[in-house]
Amino acid sequence: MADLWEENMVNSKLSRRGVLKTGAVTSAGLALPTIFTAQSAAAYTNEPTGSSVTLGFNVPQTGPYADEGADELRAYQLAIEHLNGAGDGGMLNTFSSKALQGNGILGKEVKYVTGDTQTKSDAARASAKSMIEKDGAVMITGGSSSGVAVAVQALCQEAGVIFMAGLTHSNDTTGKDKRANGFRHFFNSYMSGAALAPVLANAYGTDRKAYHLTADYNWGYTTEEAVKSSTEAMGWETVAAVKTPLTQTDFSSYIAPVLQSGADTLVLNHYGGNMVNSLTNAVQFGLRDKQVNGKDFQIIVPLYSRLMAKGAGANVKGIFGSTNWHWSLQDEGSQAFVRSFGTKYGFPPSQAAHTCYVQTLLYADAVERAGSFAPCAVVEALEDYEFDGLGNGKTLYRGADHQCFKDVLVVKGKENPTSEFDLLEIVEVTPVGQVTYDPNHPQFQGGALGSCNNGA
Amino acid sequence: MDAIILQVLNGLDKGSAYALIALGLTLIFGTLGVVNFAHGALFMIGAFCAVTLSRILTLSHTVIDETRKDFLGNPLKVDVPYVHDLFGVETGDAIIDWAVPLSLLFAIPIMIAVGVIMERGLIKHFYKRPHADQILVTFGLAIVLQEVIKYFYGANPIPTPAPAAFKGSFDFGAAIGFDPNVIIYPYWRIIYFGFAAVIIGGVFSFLQFTTFGMVVRAGMADRETVGLLGINIDRRFTIMFGVAAAVAGLAGVMYTPINSPNYHMGMDFLVLSFVVVVVGGMGSLPGAVLAGFLLGILESFASMREVIAIIPGINQVIIYLIAIIILLTRPRGLMGRKGVMED
Repeated sequence: MADLWEENMVNSKLSRRGVLKTGAVTSAGLALPTIFTAQSAAAYTNEPTGSSVTLGFNVPQTGPYADEGADELRAYQLAIEHLNGAGDGGMLNTFSSKALQGNGILGKEVKYVTGDTQTKSDAARASAKSMIEKDGAVMITGGSSSGVAVAVQALCQEAGVIFMAGLTHSNDTTGKDKRANGFRHFFNSYMSGAALAPVLANAYGTDRKAYHLTADYNWGYTTEEAVKSSTEAMGWETVAAVKTPLTQTDFSSYIAPVLQSGADTLVLNHYGGNMVNSLTNAVQFGLRDKQVNGKDFQIIVPLYSRLMAKGAGANVKGIFGSTNWHWSLQDEGSQAFVRSFGTKYGFPPSQAAHTCYVQTLLYADAVERAGSFAPCAVVEALEDYEFDGLGNGKTLYRGADHQCFKDVLVVKGKENPTSEFDLLEIVEVTPVGQVTYDPNHPQFQGGALGSCNNGA
Repeated sequence: MDAIILQVLNGLDKGSAYALIALGLTLIFGTLGVVNFAHGALFMIGAFCAVTLSRILTLSHTVIDETRKDFLGNPLKVDVPYVHDLFGVETGDAIIDWAVPLSLLFAIPIMIAVGVIMERGLIKHFYKRPHADQILVTFGLAIVLQEVIKYFYGANPIPTPAPAAFKGSFDFGAAIGFDPNVIIYPYWRIIYFGFAAVIIGGVFSFLQFTTFGMVVRAGMADRETVGLLGINIDRRFTIMFGVAAAVAGLAGVMYTPINSPNYHMGMDFLVLSFVVVVVGGMGSLPGAVLAGFLLGILESFASMREVIAIIPGINQVIIYLIAIIILLTRPRGLMGRKGVMED
């Protein structure tokens, strides 16, 4: 019997090594992540097969923008609640599309996972990758930085999932770094410049000498370029534009020479901690008390955020800037969102929270209208889609670059705030026509959307 | 000429902060032989002492103002600080306005306690361990401390302004015969420089002219012999750790009106301060002060756009460039002693 067994083994050419190899290959196959196995039979990456669908919220939970990330996460949780039919429905009641019924997305309960971007591109990519590969997220959204948005957008394009950007203001996100699977609701540097320039001309005249201090990274460059070209077009002169290191905390050595340059206006192309510190330093140096060229010296902050304005305290009073949205807007959609958010959390939402909430609803609505979670179907549903009732008036998701076009707010630091949230006042709602540009505008040239990727 | 004077002034002010932190670092290294990477965190905790006192002074009770509405349309809840109830609105506001200077008194006992607890509770266990272990444990401690602060105070900067009497700037140029508005300097930064000079002078005088200081200096030179004379040098060194923590903390308190404090501010200063200590010479107190001011002034000059136009990016690397040059030409730093960190 033993001889027969041995003979069979020889004839079948099986060996101990062969058995081990076969076992190893089988085990490796079983252990492969779902992205390479289950999906080989699926039509697209992370096609939801059960009764629920998972969204991935990639926000800064640690690092300098952690507070902004926390507000984004609150907004996402509220959006999930509303999509699943809980709470008061928020903006679902005011959204012009009525595709969403409060029964999840395509009847599937919406669940979510979170990742921590740390406001670092590599960490953000790693957390997005993990949510796609391990948690089966069908869409990634969030972030508080353009560097992170561009990096995660590229990753989502490769992986075949939709990326709904959070707070990202650089022209490049929907300019040279745009991707077919990526969409941005937030406004951009060009729009800030285009909205601010006429208001500044009205307030300060057309004969001004501007001195720019610019954060030395992608967002700083595009904002400087946008504000420079808009203000120069109305007659201002740019005296100097100085790059400041992103890690700079004390800006005194950059601010002290401003008056010597003959400038009468300082433009701070800074965000976050940079903005808080440079503005605080500029006010300390008494720039706003000075008169230069026979005019009162002025400071401008192109991109405002309420959370950052809080950090700068009383220094923001009377200083112009722009913002994507503000809780004091009186339209029905904004009021519905503020009511939902304020009732749940006890304070009004930030612009970061607003854009993240809206992006989640827009994605869900696009899936519902397309009847599929397939990224290419979602892309088709979002491209050139017009909607209203989400807080910025009539809005277009332009198909050529996946940028939202809507009204932009010019704001000013409030002189007499009534609470710690009441820091900015709306000076003008700039109509969308004034901030719309051609997709081939020089500030957005280079790069291509490419075609959508379903992955799998 | 005016641009040069302006940058020297800026440098003195930047150098004040570097010198104060580096002084504390050197005190700890010189006495205990510990490379303390948590020293920046002590600077940050000092700044948050000012934030805390400011919050204590503005502790409020709520009054409903029926005439005004909040963001949800409900009657506005107005916070009324208890100091208004206790001292009246005018005096109460004045007390709140002076929160930062008052925080100096608040911070001294807290910082000494934090320093002593840190030294007795953790760092003393690493005296005989290699410097790499000390760096790892103190760096870890720094991260823990900053995360604790972030947990309680959030990640955003918190505005902590100077008293209204010190707002605005002094026209230094006009005072010395230049055109007005050419050389201006904020009052609070002048105060910061003066404060740094007093603290540095105080520490040197304490070490130079008191018996306690003499024993400490003797211990720094030869710890074993001082111990053999029956003096409890360890206890004195622990006190010096507390003093170093207080110096860093007071530097942090006074820095809050210059930049709104955040949980990360200690780390921002730490690396630069270490460069200052190395350039000054490990263990040398005058070296730390000299290097602090020197690097502060050079950093200011490197930020001038005329300089950046000639050497792009020099503003980002100047401190490290100077450190390399000094270490190549004077390996022990500007005023380093033979045998320190050379075993």
